[in-house]
Amino acid sequence: MNFETTIGLEVHVELKTNSKMYSPTPVAYGAESNINTNVIDFGFPGTLPTVNKNGYRLGVMVALALNAEIEKHTHFDRKNYFYPDNPKAYQITQQDKPLGHDGYIEIEVDGKKKKIGVEELHVEEDAGKNTHGNNGYSYVDLNRQGTPLIEIVSKPDMHSPEEAYQYLENLRKIVQFTGASDVKMEEGSMRVDTNISISPVGSDTYGTKVELKNLNSFNHVKLGLAYEEKRQAAILKQGGTIGQETRRFDEKTGETFLMRVKSGADDYRYFPEPDLPDYDISPEWIAEIKANLPETASVRRAHYINELGIPEYDAGVLTDTKEMSDFFDEAVEYDANPKLVSNWLMGEVNAYLNDKRIGLLETKLTPEHLAKMINLISNGTISSKIAKKVFQETISNGTEPEEWVKSKGLVQESDPAVLEPIILDILDNNQQSIDDFKNGKDRAVGFLVGQIMKQTHGQANPKVVNKILMTELKSR
Amino acid sequence: MISKDEILHVATLANLKLQDNEVDSFVSQLDKIVGMESKLSSVDTTGIEPTYNMGDTNSVFREDKGVRTQTREQMLENVPETDNNLIKVPTIVDKEDDE
Repeated sequence: MNFETTIGLEVHVELKTNSKMYSPTPVAYGAESNINTNVIDFGFPGTLPTVNKNGYRLGVMVALALNAEIEKHTHFDRKNYFYPDNPKAYQITQQDKPLGHDGYIEIEVDGKKKKIGVEELHVEEDAGKNTHGNNGYSYVDLNRQGTPLIEIVSKPDMHSPEEAYQYLENLRKIVQFTGASDVKMEEGSMRVDTNISISPVGSDTYGTKVELKNLNSFNHVKLGLAYEEKRQAAILKQGGTIGQETRRFDEKTGETFLMRVKSGADDYRYFPEPDLPDYDISPEWIAEIKANLPETASVRRAHYINELGIPEYDAGVLTDTKEMSDFFDEAVEYDANPKLVSNWLMGEVNAYLNDKRIGLLETKLTPEHLAKMINLISNGTISSKIAKKVFQETISNGTEPEEWVKSKGLVQESDPAVLEPIILDILDNNQQSIDDFKNGKDRAVGFLVGQIMKQTHGQANPKVVNKILMTELKSR
Repeated sequence: MISKDEILHVATLANLKLQDNEVDSFVSQLDKIVGMESKLSSVDTTGIEPTYNMGDTNSVFREDKGVRTQTREQMLENVPETDNNLIKVPTIVDKEDDE
């Protein structure tokens, strides 16, 4: 028996706002425990929520970037449940009239393009964070409580773990380039829940849905889904049945384990949030948000290839993350040659990041300094050998390249009047090398250049040196 | 008629523990409430837009400025037990893991 897999994904993305979705408390990742909380976040009686305009705007941005229709008349709903990380005992969300619906994400698997539907997107609030002690207590930090989230619900349009992986990759990239979220799995600003079922090929009903949790990377999503496909198929082939359950992915073994069996649908008793009014989202506001959507990665990539002459592969690497692409754009704005900026980012800069295992924004390098350094090479002020020193200094300490080169006396020496006496002196003292050269030993040239570089502390312009040296060698 | 099981289900959702005699009294009370609500269903609402809120305001947004309206000390004042500025609660079992 052959089976067909059906996968649906629910993705939560934290929106990059200054304050929470329904309270003015500041939002900051990694802040001191419970420092960013107030009476609304604690769910004190008598407090009232207010809707963060920017939070809603970022939600609309994401919806538009995912080609969704924006709901014009909406309201918020209460989802009721008890859990210590949510002291109100309800979450304010949009159950009935989600912010956006009927979008899609394009993916490409094995050279085939395919649209994966986005059923709906809605804004809601995040819960706090629990840590479980082994002493009979749990510990609650409510800093995250109320952080704006957008939940993106796919249609069950994916039929392989690879398709789910591509969907997530493209979703991450699209959202990242809108600037609405950092979408970092490792910081929890992007979280993925998956549903997977399998059914015999040609069957017109879906199989029983199994939910997967604890998927901390896209790779885990892929591995977890692949494991589930096999596990479920093995059960069905033996005549067994799949239970409606939630399973946990174990990253050490790559297997999934039963967390809990679902008995009936969850009963959240949704009802319209009485503490918030209805919302009309005006076509003018939607049009304004649409007009100000930042360029997508693919638009930027095409611009790099077509207008800046960057090779296709390089343009792909530069637009892999928004921070890299922004950095590149800014350096180019400082009048540096795009091709050279690209080469430095892909070469030395990436090597540095890999070596130190840090992100671009964690270094002290600025687009302005990189551009200046590149221009110092281009106009012959420094040699590319010296540039490596300048680069290490500026990326490690944030030093301004031009000043530093001057103060350290690293400016390249290109004046023949200065270089000639040094070269002549070295030749006078190395008759053996001249003889070797005459006897056809080219290695002698390398030795002499080395001596000249040593004498000039690496600052001699290699082109000028070469020219004088060859002329002189031939005339002796 | 509301069943005992339904009362117990609603009580569980509301985190309430009911005594046996309470269950019976809630059966009759809730039954009256639901009965009254079901009267509303008899009204013909064809072609009428649903009303979600009774307030007379609409589309009120707050500007996105981060403001601390209370200090942490104030917020933790009413917390029965804290540890390192965290709220200490009886261990959370048999629920979904922290996400």
